[in-house]
Amino acid sequence: MVTDQALRGLDNLELRPGQGKAEPGRIARKAWATAWPKVLAIALVLLVWELVTLTGWKKYVLKGPGPVFSDLWQQMQHGALWATIGWTLRSAVTGYVVAMIIGSLVGLLVARIPPLRAAVGSIITGLQTMPSVAWAPFAIILFGENNSAILFVVILGAAPSIANGLINGVDYTPPLLLRAGKTMGLRGLALYRYLILPASLPAYVAGMKQGWAFAWRSLMAAELFIAIIGQVSIGQQLDVDQQNLDFAGASSMIIVILVIGVVVDTVFTKADMSLRRRRGLLDPAAAN
Amino acid sequence: MRLSNEQVTPPANSPGASALSQDDSAGAMPPSGGRAGEAVRLTDVSKAYRTGRTELLALDKVSLSVKDGEFVCIIGASGCGKSTLLNLVAGLDQPTSGQVDTSRRRVGLMFQEPALFPWLTASRNVELALQARGVPRAPRRAQTAELLETVRLGGFGGKRPHELSGGMRQRVAMARALAQNADVLLMDEPFGALDAMTRDLLHDELERICTERTLTVLFVTHNVREAARLGDRVILLSSRPGRVIEEYALPRTGHRRIDSPEVSEVAARLTDRLREEMGRHGH
Repeated sequence: MVTDQALRGLDNLELRPGQGKAEPGRIARKAWATAWPKVLAIALVLLVWELVTLTGWKKYVLKGPGPVFSDLWQQMQHGALWATIGWTLRSAVTGYVVAMIIGSLVGLLVARIPPLRAAVGSIITGLQTMPSVAWAPFAIILFGENNSAILFVVILGAAPSIANGLINGVDYTPPLLLRAGKTMGLRGLALYRYLILPASLPAYVAGMKQGWAFAWRSLMAAELFIAIIGQVSIGQQLDVDQQNLDFAGASSMIIVILVIGVVVDTVFTKADMSLRRRRGLLDPAAAN
Repeated sequence: MRLSNEQVTPPANSPGASALSQDDSAGAMPPSGGRAGEAVRLTDVSKAYRTGRTELLALDKVSLSVKDGEFVCIIGASGCGKSTLLNLVAGLDQPTSGQVDTSRRRVGLMFQEPALFPWLTASRNVELALQARGVPRAPRRAQTAELLETVRLGGFGGKRPHELSGGMRQRVAMARALAQNADVLLMDEPFGALDAMTRDLLHDELERICTERTLTVLFVTHNVREAARLGDRVILLSSRPGRVIEEYALPRTGHRRIDSPEVSEVAARLTDRLREEMGRHGH
């Protein structure tokens, strides 16, 4: 049939040719393209640091990148650093998971129930802007100097962002899709399961990413404040280094904090990007 | 193609006029369920929207009836309440007064945008409509494949909406509307955003699918040629408020083309009438 042929021809003409054909060496080139600006930036920072050291500014305490990295290298040979990182990551993961559960539940309830939104919607935003270190003394009063106090601070730091992300996602579900879903006969729970929640996923992931950033900061604040006997966390190690005026040690800890923060953030960014790519929300020219 | 044109500004009751019903339903409610031959009936339907202090009358006592298997095009200038009309028939909105009766026929709705779910593949989009109807998993797969084949997208089920062209997306949307097992397909300028070539091909496709499945279609458009090309009947609405001002029956005498002289002639008459109507709002 003529129409059939014409239509198939048109379909083939309109699709972008050669989509996703990976040529050898493309991945390596792509990796290099994203890596070199970062490498250059790090090199520049190290250079400036070295230059400042060479000027002799604060020469009794300030040390250059060489001594700091050799200190870090030495610490990495020891079990102590890994145990420290272990303690901190354990609190981070536990706190974040609990914050996810609480934030998601609260977010979903607030998005669904209008009176609840009127009551606590603005409080959630308020909590988000609250510097989490302010919760630390409060947490100590409430729980004493222990893990519960630290987790309390982390959860209060992360949960509001996660809840807000979900609420935003639900709010900005495209009305046209809602109309389409309702015509299809999606109602109640099915409407949430098949339409509203998947539609909110990008905003939810953005909320989780922001939640992680807040969780990590809150955790550092809490660890600096809350000393637990027999448990040396990154924050506590930093505190010890401060008291010993150990510049190299403190710098090593800062580097560790930075690296962990960046690595986890990269994971979230990757998840976000692949989500957007699958939904066609990325400019294909920019994605290459 | 012969053109019969009935002036139906109220109270038109010309014998033999194709089913416009402002007459017989006074007092008598149409029986719900199993009214043979009539797919959609609107009786004195009015719809008003309140915005602040002003009330906007979108539809004013619109009565019309659509027979099973009929293809009815609704045209009108901006503000004639075309989309309001479709929302009422789809049951997404309630009339301020009057009755909308689809006597339990299943109604599917298509928009100018495909409104596909971007996180699902083409076939999952279609399948979800079946799932919402409670079709079990095994037959669902088979029916999805069949529906995609119907809109000639057999090989594209695994693609996501953004990987398809505009015309292809609109065909997925059509497959999804068909998956709702609709007897009545409501189409709100479904091809308005497509280029002329694609639109022309999709007219053929829509015509074929409607014949194959004996679908009743209520098709809203701005495009008079499109209306003349597709409709068994064209209904002209006035603007602000929307009223049925004229109705043209276009009996089918063989295959029509968008560029055939008969279609052009009808389109010209529709355009003239529309301009006249728009002129009323010119002062």
